[in-house]
Amino acid sequence: MIRKLKKHQFLFEELVKRDFKKKYKRTVLGILWSLLSPLMTLLVMRIVFTQFFGRTTNHYTTYLFCGTLIFSYFSDATNQGMSSLVDNAGIFTKVNVPKYLFLLSKNVSSLINFGLTFLIFLVFCLLDGITFHWRFILLFYPIMCLVVFNIGVGSILSALYVFFKDIQYLYSIFTLMLMYMSAIFYNIDAYEPHAQKLFLLNPIYVYISYFRTIVIKQAIPDLTIHILAFAYAAVALLAGARMYKKYNQRFLYYL
Amino acid sequence: MEYNNKTVVLENVSVRYIVGDFKNIGLKEYVVRKLTRNYHVKEFWAVDGVSFSLEKGDMLGIIGSNGAGKSTLLKVIAQIMNPTKGKVIVNGNVAALLELASGFDGDLTVRENTYLRGAMLGYTRKFMDEMYDSIIEFAELQEFQDRPFKQLSSGMKSRLAFSIASLVNPDILILDEVLAVGDVAFRKKSEAKMLEIIGRGVTTILVSHSLQQIRQLCNKVLWLERGKQMEFGDPKTICDKYEAYLNKK
Repeated sequence: MIRKLKKHQFLFEELVKRDFKKKYKRTVLGILWSLLSPLMTLLVMRIVFTQFFGRTTNHYTTYLFCGTLIFSYFSDATNQGMSSLVDNAGIFTKVNVPKYLFLLSKNVSSLINFGLTFLIFLVFCLLDGITFHWRFILLFYPIMCLVVFNIGVGSILSALYVFFKDIQYLYSIFTLMLMYMSAIFYNIDAYEPHAQKLFLLNPIYVYISYFRTIVIKQAIPDLTIHILAFAYAAVALLAGARMYKKYNQRFLYYL
Repeated sequence: MEYNNKTVVLENVSVRYIVGDFKNIGLKEYVVRKLTRNYHVKEFWAVDGVSFSLEKGDMLGIIGSNGAGKSTLLKVIAQIMNPTKGKVIVNGNVAALLELASGFDGDLTVRENTYLRGAMLGYTRKFMDEMYDSIIEFAELQEFQDRPFKQLSSGMKSRLAFSIASLVNPDILILDEVLAVGDVAFRKKSEAKMLEIIGRGVTTILVSHSLQQIRQLCNKVLWLERGKQMEFGDPKTICDKYEAYLNKK
């Protein structure tokens, strides 16, 4: 796969450029907008929910930002990834190129966006009185897992989207539900201990809680969280890769 | 069988295609149709038992009416599709110029599209940097380089597509209706360019509806009808037979 990527490096670079330019419509404001959207969500949540949850949660702004940061990256990357095959059908039905290039290129532009938001996140942490610590380096672990997880989920979605065009509506309902179940603005301490365990079934919650443990609690998450973070990413990627392998030829009938 | 001098060998190649209700239906409709048993998918052989081989320097013309399986066969040779049955052996790198005007992006500029297309065709960035000016010059689009692609006329689009594609230096060249591009002046230019590439001794496969062109250029002809191989061999006799077949229809 590495050799293949190397062979198609020029194409991949051009695809990344294209996706990035198209996403931001080549305006400075375009990039600003996509940074603004998680910030606006943050602002609204901060205003609305501080009354309910802010008093019992330390560093509530940072708590919220951990949630919106992770969730908006996940949502952006998977939604962009979903259309990667359908949008590029004109290319891969005419030229013999690996189909995952298109998904990866969309993920790169989402990742760049995430990187910029992450920098703003760090600034907000400072403003919120969080002290930086060497443990922050560990944040690379959940980010790497999340990147892989997003690629995996994106490939599953993009394959499904070729077959069923209404997946995008179903998926937007699903992401909305997932958002409410990811404890972005509330604290799960109010639940009984075994109910709290159920949240670990949600990969997004696992990544968010990793972030919060490092940034707010200034502690290293336990081994279970590490294993789960990795396992969810691996399962998503394997499932996606399997679908691409299985339907590689079948895609051509549908496009 | 010996493959030493052969560049393209197809042995009993068949491709199964499916047609039916599956396209553009949502999950919801799929479930409903499955439940009401109103979901029909038909399988058919788009290409059915085609065998032939080509040597270096050969120029093959593929003829046949619409839906005969010509484009599918080209996709198999270009290795975009795998055959359901049979064997395809291709020695050397293939450049497939299929339906040139599609695959561009309307929102990108002409320059960006040129690079993207070059990348799709497997060129390197260095090569594109060197050739970019001559591509634009050949396509006569000097004033349009930084305009969005969607502002070009369809003739200009095909001209650009052809100019980029004509830089290929493959062992096997696949052309799907690409010789009919642009106005008369450009067509002359592009035909000359095409002949120059063919003259380098590459193996060329050409799909065309112009029998005159096939007679002029090709030394072998494959006639497909509904996926089946009707004839393979000498252009003159087959083109005559094909013409008689068309007249009878």
